[in-house]
Formats: sequence, structure tokens, C-alpha cells
Amino acid sequence: MEKKDVIHSINGPVITVSRTDSFRMLEMVFVGEAGLIAEVISVSDEKTTIQVYEDTSGLQVGEPVEGSGAPLSVTLGPGIMQNIFDGIERPLRIMEERSGAFIASGLHVSNLDEEKKWDVSVKVKVGDKLSGGDIIATCPETEIILHKCMMPPDVSGTVTWVAGDGQYNITQPIVKVETATGHEEEICLAHRWPVKTPRPVRQREMINRPLVTGQRVIDALFPIAKGGTCAIPGGFGTGKTMTQHQFAKWSDADIVVYVGCGERGNEMTQVLDEFGDLVDPKSGHLMTDRTVLIANTSNMPVAAREASIYTGVTLAEYYRDMGYDVALMADSTSRWAEALREISGRLEEMPAEEGFPAYLPSRLAGFYERAGSTRNLNDTEGSVSIIGAVSPQGADFSEPVTQNTKRFVRCFLALDKNLAYARHYPAINWNLSYSEYYEDLDPYYIKNVGEDFPELRGKLMSLLSEETSLQEIVKLIGTDVLPDTQKLTLEIARIIRTGFLQQNAYHEQDTYVPLEKQLYMMRIILYMHDKAGELLERGVDVTSIIDSGLFERLIKIKYDVPNDKLDLFDQYYKDIDDTCAELLKDSKRAASQAG
Amino acid sequence: MAMEYIGLKDINGPLVTLEGVQNISNEEMVELRTKEGSRLGRVVTLEADKAVVQVLSGTQGLGLDKVNTRFTGKPMRIALGSELTGRIFNGAGVPIDGLGPVYPEEIRDVNGSAINPVSRAYPRNYIRTGISSIDTLVTLIRGQKLPIFSGSGMSHNRLAAQIARQARISDEREEGGGFGIVFCAMGVTKDVADYFRRSFEESGALTRVTMFLNLSSDPIVERTMTPRCALTAAEYLAFEKGMHILVILTDMSSYAEALREFSSSRGEIPGRKGYPGYLYSDLASIYERAGVIKGKPGSVTQIPILTMPNDDITSPVPDLTGYITEGQIVLDRYLDQIGIYPSVSVLPSLSRLMKDGIGEGYTRADHQAVANQLFASYAKVSDARGLANVIGEEELSEADKRYLDFGNHFEHEFLNQGVEEERSIEESLELGWRLLSILPRSELDRVDDKLLDEKFGPVKSKKEDITPNTLPLPETGAKAPKDKKRKQAVDTGPSA
Repeated sequence: MEKKDVIHSINGPVITVSRTDSFRMLEMVFVGEAGLIAEVISVSDEKTTIQVYEDTSGLQVGEPVEGSGAPLSVTLGPGIMQNIFDGIERPLRIMEERSGAFIASGLHVSNLDEEKKWDVSVKVKVGDKLSGGDIIATCPETEIILHKCMMPPDVSGTVTWVAGDGQYNITQPIVKVETATGHEEEICLAHRWPVKTPRPVRQREMINRPLVTGQRVIDALFPIAKGGTCAIPGGFGTGKTMTQHQFAKWSDADIVVYVGCGERGNEMTQVLDEFGDLVDPKSGHLMTDRTVLIANTSNMPVAAREASIYTGVTLAEYYRDMGYDVALMADSTSRWAEALREISGRLEEMPAEEGFPAYLPSRLAGFYERAGSTRNLNDTEGSVSIIGAVSPQGADFSEPVTQNTKRFVRCFLALDKNLAYARHYPAINWNLSYSEYYEDLDPYYIKNVGEDFPELRGKLMSLLSEETSLQEIVKLIGTDVLPDTQKLTLEIARIIRTGFLQQNAYHEQDTYVPLEKQLYMMRIILYMHDKAGELLERGVDVTSIIDSGLFERLIKIKYDVPNDKLDLFDQYYKDIDDTCAELLKDSKRAASQAG
Repeated sequence: MAMEYIGLKDINGPLVTLEGVQNISNEEMVELRTKEGSRLGRVVTLEADKAVVQVLSGTQGLGLDKVNTRFTGKPMRIALGSELTGRIFNGAGVPIDGLGPVYPEEIRDVNGSAINPVSRAYPRNYIRTGISSIDTLVTLIRGQKLPIFSGSGMSHNRLAAQIARQARISDEREEGGGFGIVFCAMGVTKDVADYFRRSFEESGALTRVTMFLNLSSDPIVERTMTPRCALTAAEYLAFEKGMHILVILTDMSSYAEALREFSSSRGEIPGRKGYPGYLYSDLASIYERAGVIKGKPGSVTQIPILTMPNDDITSPVPDLTGYITEGQIVLDRYLDQIGIYPSVSVLPSLSRLMKDGIGEGYTRADHQAVANQLFASYAKVSDARGLANVIGEEELSEADKRYLDFGNHFEHEFLNQGVEEERSIEESLELGWRLLSILPRSELDRVDDKLLDEKFGPVKSKKEDITPNTLPLPETGAKAPKDKKRKQAVDTGPSA
């Protein structure tokens, strides 16, 4: 009989086995009679340490531990879209059918539906030489996503047999290949891939397309690139989750992977509810058709929370390999870091900063580096963009997770408590945020949106920073003593803040704004600035410009001009010109009367 | 099969270690019997033939020998039944009201298990508390967890008792087994526990209240189990009996301290401020038990109360709580000092679920608009106050003066409310409109013009703008003091 490995000790989610030679590092194992899913996290000459992805209560010393021979892996194949998984790719809907409203532990369910037959058309023929990543078949996965089934990246060979087009489930062989060693392999619609290994690509490509989100403050001021990385730090109540939801709903990615990592259960339900009803304005199909959710809420096992981030990025890479642009939202990476800390504490590792393990920066880097715009093994082009929310302790951005994340991301959208208190949403602080993608993306904006886009952005930013320094003075002495030009700067900055940066996620038109309208809005605000500046030079009082109500009208443009009726802007230009001419006349008349 | 072991290997704080034990499950309950009586414990760590047991009622008086230990083979469970309401239990779920044990319709593991996100129903209906500031600005939604962040000496207990007395589900006709309260006290003083009990008694609410009491003199290990017992009872009443349950947990800070004490006695590596690294997961395992489940009529709503050490909202317990709960009600010491009750600090308070549980069909169509405008306008009040401190009130612009006026009325008439005073949603919203009418119309930028026209009549000319709107001003019953020294200056710009 085979010698058995048994549990030696149990401490929360961490167990040890005293024998050492049967397990490899990061191997997936099954613990106890119930077969709880677990992963080997350290091997020494005395013991093997294992973290368990499920609740360990009721487990006994002496229960068996069985190896699986492979690292923690996920199944990649049709059926991922529209689904909702837990941190280790177990479908939550199936788990609900099995155990009811409360999650039981030790549930063994297959990752993807193995019964469902897909409408497969095979793309290869006998004799074709295939290498890893090559597309062998396609099937429509949802109404808008065509699933391209690929060779596992580590398999290549000559096709010896193909199944005809038809209906197949994910376990039936589609193609048989003879590998270089003369061994025959059956390839199905789905294959397994270890979550902690990035999927290989041919090469990295230049980043040159923006991830259009329809959120003005992001697209115009702090753009994110397709294949880029972005962090959204903010204390609680500053709208991290709301911003992530807006990205998931409106960004122009083909596929959205939304990872709820250690967050609220009700939030995941909200995503499920809302996305189920929302129609994508571009494709006219339901949002859920392009979305996959990974929900590991804060009260689900902590080790699976750690895995959820990797599961998410692996699914994202898989769809990237088909040639799609994928956006991954991770809410929140701090919970993931805390899961690392919690497990590190259980292992009694020497803590570094604030109790986080010393390998936190390298783990963060490893995660964000899986983003990128790539040429894939099968010569398609795709991208994975990663947008990670960070929940700094005490809203203090100097804490380790925020600081280390900052080193690996190129776009940083700092959410501000004070803005949130004033209900200025999205509460992105324009002084603390930055994007390093200007250079990469400006050619795109110039070519596809408007030549003056980068220039307008520059002017907007400088007006805002001018306002910030003026506000310091205003706090001390009030606005009355400022010269008219500075008063105008404050007014224009107010228009930019309330009329442009503030965006109402619940307003039908304002929730998503196309780049063109963003451009028009910037243009008209700066046109107003120039015009008003001229008037001031010619002796018009700033209060009379304010009283003319033009500024208020500009602020309301976001509601008053529908996204598809941009010709309405002409009327605004005309009104500005007319009113300005009138103001000039009035002031001349007043001056001549006084004189 | 239950084995009995004699003697212990060592005793360390609330933990005892046994050696030579077999077939012990993680988290199993243990009974330790001595001459004096028996106490309960729970297995927390297992290593080979050693078991570390956490003794719920403390290890005082235990010796290494003369202790008989019996392993029950079961995790900690409590008996549940429909007669739970009106009963009083200690922190470990044992009845202490002299009415004998609960007739068990069901026995459940107190640790519960996570609600599958797919099975949750998104909370969409509100609970009326009769308190203007909460109902209008931070509406409590059924299935929500909305903590009160307070400090020692502030009126959080009075507020919680008032909420418990006045709370009504918005629609009484709706299906379900009615409304109930589970009150869970962790480390509170006897006076506080008595206060709540008396207050429930006087209002006749005691019959719908289930109390779990772990007083400050009770053992800390028991305290770590108290909220779990209370929530197990709440889940049972909500999801089996179809009741809408409001759970009041006070004080979560004592709970976290108990956890810290217990963690350090286990020799665990401490995280921030000595709290264990798993504090977030542990708090989440309590808070996340609030919710509504698809296809079940009941709901579990939580109001955890926590006292912030030194009123510091960034200390670990409020900080982590804020990341888990769906908003927070923050009390302000300055408002408390000038006699405003409830001293809700409006700007940092937030109810994340409110937007979907108010408005047409729930409260009133204009609710969101009024709330947004009150928030935005009140945020500007502190700007105006800051400016007035520097340049004096006389020098302020007309609009800023109106903001000062608005701020004082808002605090003294809208926030301020009697302990027995119950305001309907209608009353609160109308009061909000009247206060907003103090401000010039151009400042009301969060409300649709259409709605403004409806309330104040159409604008006639631009010059009219600075004059007050047409609603009658609220009576200035309360004297508005000049508060020159605001502690909490919030400005609307970003912090540089």
C-alpha cells in the first residue's frame, strides 16, 4: 500500500505535514477526508507547510493529505464569460445549487460546465504543424465574444486527427497531435494552466492606444493605456469601488475581468444585478456578455483571497491570447497584500514594514508586470490592462502597499477624502494624481480625437494648479482683494472642477462621455477663458461677466448637451460671442457716461 | 466518541495545552471539569498529539492536575428557536434570565459560513429610524452594516437606543415575521447594559429584543464568541423565521481589544498597533453576516458601535471597519459639546447603499436631490466659517453670510432632535427644503432647475438671485451660537 501523508499540525488556514519528499513547492493538494483545496507554500527537511483555501474547522491531526501533482491551476475554455467564480475558479452558481445560500467547505465542483455542448468550428486539418498557442477551433461563447480555443502553450506537434465541426463539450477531444517525441496528445476545447505562471507571448508591443473609460478626468487628464497599469488608492468612502465599477461598465476593452478581492458581498451582488441589466452602448449587448466576475468576499477563506488575484490575471491573459483587449479590475489589492501578511504571520516569517512580509514588493511587481500589450504566440495582438484599487490604512498614502504599488504602476489616480466629503465625484485629486502615458498616447489623441487635445489638457492642468496656489491666499484673505485676472482664474477653475472634472455616474448622459465631447468641452471652457481675459483687458469688470450667467451655462453643458448632439456646441460659442460683445458695449457706455 | 483526559500540560493566559490527545478536530468545543464546576473551551491549534485550548471563561483557579477534560467533538453551537426573542443570554449564549434553556428547534455552529455572493439579494429597502440626520443623509438600508463611530463620553448609546426604539421597516404591510432586535454587548459596563435594558423596557420593545451580554468584567475569550452567538441567533430569526433583524453590536473596540489580548497570549506576530494580522478577516467574518438572501423574506441589518481611541478615525479598528462596512455614521465631539444631539458629523458620514433604497417608491422622489444639496451646501459652510474666522463676519460676501446662517440653522434644527422625538421622512425632507431656502438659488447647484421651480417658483430675473427663496424661513427657536473655533475645518478643495 502507498505510504500516506497525514496532517501534523493545524493553525488557522495553515497546516503542516511532517514528511517532505512527496510534495513540490506550490503544488495543489487536497487536505483531509473532505478534500479541502490547498497549496504547498514551503518545504523544508522537517515539514511541508500548506495553506488551505477553505475553512479548516473540524479538521483533525492525522487526516490524509493528497498531492495533485500539479501547481494550483485553473481550467481555461469556453464557459468563463458571464460566469462568477470564487478565488480558485469554482463557479459560485453551481456551489449555490449544491450547498444553498451559505458556502459549505469541501465542495468539489468542476470549474467550467462540462456538460454544455459548444458550437465548434475546427480551424486546422490533418498534417498541419501546430505550436503552442495556435488556434485550433472557434465557438461563439456569448453573443459578442467568439471563443478561440488554442493549443496549450507548452504543447506542439503535427495534427494526426481532427473532429469535424459540430457540438462538443469541453472534455471531448477536438484534435490529436503527434509531438516531437512521437507521443500522441489529445487536445480538447479547454486546458489547465497554473495561475502563478504568466502565459508566454511572442513579444511585447509598444503601448499606444488609450483605454477609453468615458470618464473625463481620466481620459482627458490622466489617461490609462491599453496594456497599461493603474492604481487607484483611496480611504474608505472615497469611491474606489464606484470608480472601478464605472471602468468595468464603460471602458472600451473587449473583455472585463472583475476581481472582488476581500471586499463586500453586497458589492458583488450589486455588480451582478447592475451588469445583468446594463446594455453596452457600443455593441448593443448586455454588459455581462463580456464580463467575468471573481468574488472572494472578505469573509471567504483568506488563502483563496490571495489566489483570486492570480486567477483573475490568468483568465485575462487567456483572453488576451485570443487577440482581445482585456481590462482587469482588482478591488482591492490591499486586501490581497493583507492576505499575504496574514499567511506570512501564520508561518512566523520575519515581518518587514508594518508586519507585511519582505517579499511584498516583488509579489506586487510580479502581478502588475503581467499587464502589457503583446504579440501572442499565434500572432494575434492583445492586451491586458490592470487597474488595481488600493485601500491604504488610515487613508495614509505613505503605507507600504501604496508606496510599493506606486513603483510598479504608471498611472496613479489618488482619491481624496475632502473631495468625497464635498461629494465631488469621481474624487480624483488632480494635484496628487499622475499618468506617465501622455507621451505614448498623445499621437493617438492627436490623430483620432483632435490635434489640440494634448495642448488643451496642458492648459487645463495649469489653470488647476494655479487655482490651488491662489486658494492658499484666498483661505487667508478672501477673494475680494484679488485682482480681476486672478478672480477669473478662480472662476474658470471652478467651471473646470464642477463642469468638467465632476461627473455624475447616475446621470443618463453624464455617466459615459465620448472623447469627442470631452474635447469640445475643454475647447469651449478655454475659449471662454480667452474671451473673458480679452474683456478684462478692455476694461470689463469680472463680476459683470460672472453675472451674465455664461459660466453657469458652461457648467451645465455636461447635462444639457446630449452625447450625440455635439452640434449644440455651436450655439454656446455664439452665445459667448454675443454676450461678450454686449458686455463690452455696456462697459464702454458706462465708462463714457462716467467720463 | 468522547474521551476524557486528566491534567494539563501548561496554562498560559486563557490558553491551556493538553498532550497525548487523539482524534481532536480543529475548533472543537471542550469541557474542562474541576471540583468547583465546569467551563467551556475551544480548540485553537493542533500539533501532533498536542492541542491548545482557549478557555472561554478564563483560566483563573485552574491547576495542571485535577482537571478533567472532555472533548465534545463538535464546534461551538447554540440552541435556536422562535422563543429567542425577549430572552437574555450571556456572552457564550447561555440564558441568564432565569427562564431556563431555549427549546431547541435547531442547533447551529456559531461560526456560521459565508453567504454565497450569488445568493445575496441586493439590499433595496430602508429602515426608518425617525432621526432626520440619519433618515435623510445616511439612510439605513435593510441588510446593511452601518457602524456608528464615536468616542468615549459621546452620546452613541443614547443614539443606538433611540434607533432601536424607533426603528420601523418602511412598509409594515410587507411579508415577513415582523421586526426584531438582537442586542449584543461586548465589554460594556453594567450601567450601559442596564441603560439599554431599561430603555427597551420603558418603550415596550423588550419583547422583540434578544440580548447577549458580555460585560466589561466578563472574560475576554467569551467576548470573542459573543458577536458570533448573537449573529447566529439573528441569522436564524431572519432567514428561518422571516423577521427583519436589527443587530446592535457594542462596543466593537472592546471586541478587537479582546482579540488582541488573546492573540498576544498565543504569541502571534502582531500587525498594526499590536492587533493581530488577521484583524481585517476577523472583523469581516462578523460584519459580512449582514445581508438579505434571495427568496427569503427576512434580513439582518447591523449597527456596530465603536469608540475610537482619542477620536482618531485612522486607528486600526475604525479604519478596518470602514473598509468592510457599507458606510459609517461619525459622531462629532464639538457638536456634542455645544449640545447638539445626535451629534452626527455630516460630512464624513456616508451610507453606501442609500442611493438604491431611497427615492420614488421607497421614500420620496426628491430625497436624493435634497440629500446631495444639503451635503454640498454644508461642506461650504465650513469654508465660510474658516473665512469668517480670518476676516470677520462683517466682511463676508452676502452668499457666505447666508452660508453661516444656513449652517447654524442646519445644526440646531435639522441635526438636533429630542431623544423622544420621531420625525417622519416627509417632515425631515420638508425641513431640509426650508433650510435650503436660506441660500441663494444659484448656490443650489445639485438640484434640477425643474425641481427648484416646483419648490420655489420660477426665477424672474438674474438679479433676484441673491435674495432668499420663497419658502418661509424656519423659526429661529434655538439660539445659534457663534462658533469661531471649529475643530473640524473641511475644505472643498483637495489637500495638496
